[in-house]
Amino acid sequence: MKRHLLEAGDLDRDDATLVLDTAAQIESALAGREVKKLPTLRGRTVVNLFYEDSTRTRISFELAAKRLSADVINFSAKGSSVSKGESLKDTALTLEAMGSDAIVVRHWASGAPHRLAGWVQGSVVNAGDGTHEHPTQALLDAYTIRQRLGRLDGVRVVIVGDVLHSRVARSNVWLLSTLGAVVTVVAPPTLLPVGVGSWPVTVGYDLDAVLPQADVVMMLRVQGERMNASFFPSAREYSRRYGLDGRRMAALPDDAIVMHPGPMNRGMEIAAEVADSVRSTIVDQVGNGVSVRMAVLYLLLGGTSE
Amino acid sequence: MTESSELSAPPAPPLLSSDDVARVIDRVAHQLIERAASSAGAGATDGGLADLVLVGIPTRGAPLARRLAARIEAFSGTRVDVGTVDITLYRDDLRLRGVRALEDTRLPESGIDGRLVVLVDDVLFSGRSVRAALDALRDLGRPRAVQLAVLVDRGHRELPIRADYVGKNVPTSRSQKVEVHLAEIDGLDEVLLTGGDQ
Repeated sequence: MKRHLLEAGDLDRDDATLVLDTAAQIESALAGREVKKLPTLRGRTVVNLFYEDSTRTRISFELAAKRLSADVINFSAKGSSVSKGESLKDTALTLEAMGSDAIVVRHWASGAPHRLAGWVQGSVVNAGDGTHEHPTQALLDAYTIRQRLGRLDGVRVVIVGDVLHSRVARSNVWLLSTLGAVVTVVAPPTLLPVGVGSWPVTVGYDLDAVLPQADVVMMLRVQGERMNASFFPSAREYSRRYGLDGRRMAALPDDAIVMHPGPMNRGMEIAAEVADSVRSTIVDQVGNGVSVRMAVLYLLLGGTSE
Repeated sequence: MTESSELSAPPAPPLLSSDDVARVIDRVAHQLIERAASSAGAGATDGGLADLVLVGIPTRGAPLARRLAARIEAFSGTRVDVGTVDITLYRDDLRLRGVRALEDTRLPESGIDGRLVVLVDDVLFSGRSVRAALDALRDLGRPRAVQLAVLVDRGHRELPIRADYVGKNVPTSRSQKVEVHLAEIDGLDEVLLTGGDQ
């Protein structure tokens, strides 16, 4: 494994499989235990450096680090010296001077973790940067697929929605194809990035046409906060053409699963009846996130610091 | 003779051959049965064996624990519970030796609370693996007592830990290596002593 986890491309097939296997072992080692804590990272300090709002990712990383007995410092840009104009570099160097071993960073600017990795000695884990990547989300999605379907090789995954703004989609495309899955992205043409032709995916525009051959449907959140232009005529039209409702879910093969990275816009990209159905893995994904992040922190921090 | 013939000298015979390993496991199995019987409370009908859990430390402690259980069942007719506990996440040398893949942790469904746990490992050396296993057990439950069974005790302890059941005591120098091969993992049973200035 490399020292940092900045994008899904940092992991080759062996590394990614090692993360998933490690997560599975950690999960089974902790299952049913009264003391859900391991002493592995005692004395290590993990800083959660969050420049952007987050519920599940920050809590999940915090819980993962604490379950491995690391000390955790949560830093959010709001209410810190960042509001006095301190730069990312100075903030990071300050944290490192106080003895942090790893920085988990979420930033609104794509590429911020890459810059950070060049400035600090410790490991940097990308917890989502702008519209670029969110590698641990892709790892937990891969873990969830493997858990539900028993395999990843040859699994047909359809990623639907706002691919343009989605770091989840980007990371999943790269990681899932590394792991042998066959990925299709479906979106309105306005919500596909310019370079999509060079991705290892098939591009489609008609959701109904691809659903009968899908093992996994991954719905993306429509990211209102990143939309500075009109990408589709109306929410209702988007929902009609690209939303997953009960009727569309019925077109899926019997054992297909429905995923969503959260937070959901119920009624927009996913109907409530679909989100709450037995096919939905949305709650599993959140639970698996802790195991997968424990595996990542263990593999990055557990060994030698060189 | 020239020096080259010394280099190609045949390897030393194994410390324990395949037959020796089987004999040693049988002996330890008998000792476990005897000790369980003598420590069992009044009224125990099964020779105290129902209380016993054999917990192997991966990699090679795991198959050893299963073999011991099979031999105990053959000698006494009582089935004993077997488990494994991976100690990787409890090691104190992760920073020195780097991360490694994890192995299974599996305990019998009835748990280990109030029972006699016998840890099983292949080689007892510094005692650090056993310490890590004791830490792991503490998080998994509260056994009545914990004992230790090893195939080979090679000395050089770094912690105040000793084995309750020893297959073979082997005086070694620190520079030597004790290699345990088991059929389940390596294709055949043998114990080799290599390296050092013999």
